[in-house]
Amino acid sequence: MSTPTRTPTGAPEHLTGPGSGGVGDDAQRPDGVLKVRGEFAYGSDLWMADMLWGVTLRSPHPYARIRSVDTSAALATPGVSAVLTSDDVPGEKVYGLELADQPVLALDVVRYQGEPVALVAADHPETARLAAGRIHVDYDVLEPVTDARTALGHPTWNQVHDSTAEVTELSRESAHLHPEGNLVRHLKVRTGDPAPTADVVVVGEYEVGMQDQAFLGPEAGLAVPAEDGGVELHVATQWLHVDQKQICAALALPPEQVRLTLAGVGGAFGGREDLSMHVHACLLALRTGRPVKMSYNREESFFGHVHRHPATMRYEHGATRDGELVYVKAAIYFDGGAYASSTPAVVGNGGTMGIGPYVVPNVHVDCYGAYTNNPPCGAMRGFGSVQTAFAYESQMDALAAELGMDPVELRCRNAMEEGSATPTGQVIDSPAPVAELLRRLEAMPLPAASGDGEVDLRDMPGGVSNTTHGEGVRRGVGYAVAYKNVAFSEGYDDHSTARVRLEVVGGEPTATVHTAAAEVGQGLVTVEQQIARTELGVERVVVHPKDTSVGSAGSTSASRQTYVTGGAVKAACEKVRAQVVARAERLVGRTVPDLRLAGGAVVSDSEDITVPLADLLGDDVLEETLEWRHRPTEAIDPETGQGFAHVQYAFSAHRAVVDVDTELGLVKVVEMACTQDVGKAINPQAVVGQIQGGTAQGLGLAVMEEILIKDGKVRNPSFTDYLIPTILDMPPMRIEVLEYADPHAPYGLRGVGEAPNISSGPAVLAAIRAATGLPLTRVPVRPEHITGT
Amino acid sequence: MRLTCTVNGTEQHVDDVWEGESLLYVLRERMGLPGSKNACEQGECGSCTVYLDGLPVCACLVAAGQAEGRQVGTVEGLADPEALHPVQQAFLDAGAVQCGFCTPGLLVATHDLIARHGRPSDAETREALAGNLCRCTGYEKILDAVRLAADRMAEPTAGGDR
Ligand code: FES
Ligand code: FES
Repeated sequence: MSTPTRTPTGAPEHLTGPGSGGVGDDAQRPDGVLKVRGEFAYGSDLWMADMLWGVTLRSPHPYARIRSVDTSAALATPGVSAVLTSDDVPGEKVYGLELADQPVLALDVVRYQGEPVALVAADHPETARLAAGRIHVDYDVLEPVTDARTALGHPTWNQVHDSTAEVTELSRESAHLHPEGNLVRHLKVRTGDPAPTADVVVVGEYEVGMQDQAFLGPEAGLAVPAEDGGVELHVATQWLHVDQKQICAALALPPEQVRLTLAGVGGAFGGREDLSMHVHACLLALRTGRPVKMSYNREESFFGHVHRHPATMRYEHGATRDGELVYVKAAIYFDGGAYASSTPAVVGNGGTMGIGPYVVPNVHVDCYGAYTNNPPCGAMRGFGSVQTAFAYESQMDALAAELGMDPVELRCRNAMEEGSATPTGQVIDSPAPVAELLRRLEAMPLPAASGDGEVDLRDMPGGVSNTTHGEGVRRGVGYAVAYKNVAFSEGYDDHSTARVRLEVVGGEPTATVHTAAAEVGQGLVTVEQQIARTELGVERVVVHPKDTSVGSAGSTSASRQTYVTGGAVKAACEKVRAQVVARAERLVGRTVPDLRLAGGAVVSDSEDITVPLADLLGDDVLEETLEWRHRPTEAIDPETGQGFAHVQYAFSAHRAVVDVDTELGLVKVVEMACTQDVGKAINPQAVVGQIQGGTAQGLGLAVMEEILIKDGKVRNPSFTDYLIPTILDMPPMRIEVLEYADPHAPYGLRGVGEAPNISSGPAVLAAIRAATGLPLTRVPVRPEHITGT
Repeated sequence: MRLTCTVNGTEQHVDDVWEGESLLYVLRERMGLPGSKNACEQGECGSCTVYLDGLPVCACLVAAGQAEGRQVGTVEGLADPEALHPVQQAFLDAGAVQCGFCTPGLLVATHDLIARHGRPSDAETREALAGNLCRCTGYEKILDAVRLAADRMAEPTAGGDR
């Protein structure tokens, strides 16, 4: 079988960065030149001369029984090579990340609008779409369940002063969308006094809308049938091996016959953790014996991946008169939509970290994930912590107001620090500079007031729409702080694999790093090179294409790859280095304690030894492959939530400054400031890039981003109607990066990507509240929430 | 239908183009030029920005037939094969490229912006690039890249081709 004409990989061979750049440097990305030249091959760019195009027919109904499917007219369409339904799935007909509950292609029931029902392969994408429209599906439409609490049979809250106690009983009367009922997970955290009292109590109910990852590169890939009866899949994804496992099950093929290579990934943010077109393209390729490309358009992308769980939350905070938190009670509902995806783990995060980075002696949290007929929800950057941060930070502001205290002062008084216990009984055993992050923000200068000097419309809410020249515009400043676990939790065997080779190529010592860790834009390929340069003292480091011919690297999620795959690369380099040093010692005939690798040679500072690697290695190739694990975590107690659940925490804080046109309800974010502790910045430029990007996504959720659902149907599946921040919406940012090493992590580093996505939105919300004096308990904030019309 | 146009200075002929195809589809799927991206295919993201007779347009909104006999410029044509245009270099140096899916469109839009404005103010840059979505960077480093490119190109010795 021929290979695709465009190098079908995100990390084409011989990727080498320009010049040196070890750990701590602003090394440039090895794929950067290809990306600016338009030559980097993303999943949607793959192409082979004889390929077919695959398309998906999806359910128009959120909940329906399928009476029959007639594919004959589609099959008869000229140019069509195959039409497949669930009958054509040879292996397991359901899949899933944590629970296998989602059909590869619809079985007898569809549970969300957009559920895949059938596939078509044709010689032109439009022909395939036309044919898909000719598939006749006879549906018996059912009444969808579209609210998480209704799905669980829990009473709705209509008055903020209702007790939270009454939501603990699960009713089994409501329609069951899945055989085991509609509850995906209920997590309980119980610590301290079960019936605490306090001088001052604030109660609030909060709601977070459904956010989309909105990565720009569509779900796409190319499946190529192989001569051994297997398939090669080039795909844009986040975790090759978990994909492989699920694809193998669906195709009833062993892993040796399902080989995956990472195609270029145009952003991910959690939205590529679940399978999308993976199995579908493989099914079509195996059926037709031809390469099959699938590439979603934007509308299909909105239906083709999971979203951030919408949440409804009720919080009660009790404190002493002088502002010490006594207790927090919370009930948190995540709407998981039609299939489980990663809802259990999202509930895990939402529940265990649901009161924020504060020390609270008495905690009572119930966190639920429910099945409904809304779109499936799963992973998105911040993963269960984004939603709760809006609630707990709003509560801290409400409490500060009730106490007549400064909101930053209240937060600092209750802030976690190293040695504090979390509500799950875990003692934080590395720096936790929560108060310092806030104090540093406070010390930063504020931007000039908007009315100063000549009015530039572009600085006004509404911009050049010319809706105000400053009349009715009020400024507000808000703060928020958040924390997030890094890597996989609750006892998961969270490891990565690295293969590192050292050899002399064309006279130059060259290291090759091979991992299956998905590069999705964050810059892991750069980090892999930097670590190898530092550990092996060579300049030239090749990043091997990411594929399943090496062991799993785990997922590119949970801010974990620099820590876990970085740790694996470092450990593999150390083993290679030990081999080199042993050789050098054999050469000099004795043990030299301070031999190290630098500048392409083995050197000693104490003795005058310099052995060039080119001489030492000759034609030999040194290679080491190893699996690396962070220290283990443990499952939490099902009744109390107690346990060492998380391996590391990342902390960030934001200050937002906004101008609000209170008459029209328009918001202009004037400035965002962020402080974050990253332990050690492996690549400072990339770290700042993560903070800036995460800040933008948090801001988006606060003021504009929401998938609107009516009766289980998505109303806005396009970039025309689902708005993400543009360059006009994003303000200048001030960023301070702190580096307090975590002694348990490689180089002391902390995962970076998610924390700033969590603290940014709540700071914007707080600033809008400060500007308007309104309680504002729902995000995204819409103009009518501000104007009250 | 048969389509003839000039792309990055080279005359291209393609046959069997279906009338419903966009210029973006023809560039990507029929001419082997996938540099222009397809993030939305509905004129909302700017990832497909190309020059059409010297003006930046969304290639996804241009019917293939509308390009007949015209000059098209894509990201692949910004620099010679072995070189980088100062705008491309500035995006790399400033760290403005993460996943890079927005990058080709932003490069063409920035190339056009600097050609028109020389050294645009931040406000002008924001206006000019408001049609180009980026989900990764929060735009700060894109602004840095525009400033860097404009500064370098304004220096007489830098000699970037404009
Ligand atoms: S692909 Fe053309 S504007 Fe988005
Ligand atoms: S770098 Fe990913 S969309 Fe801009």
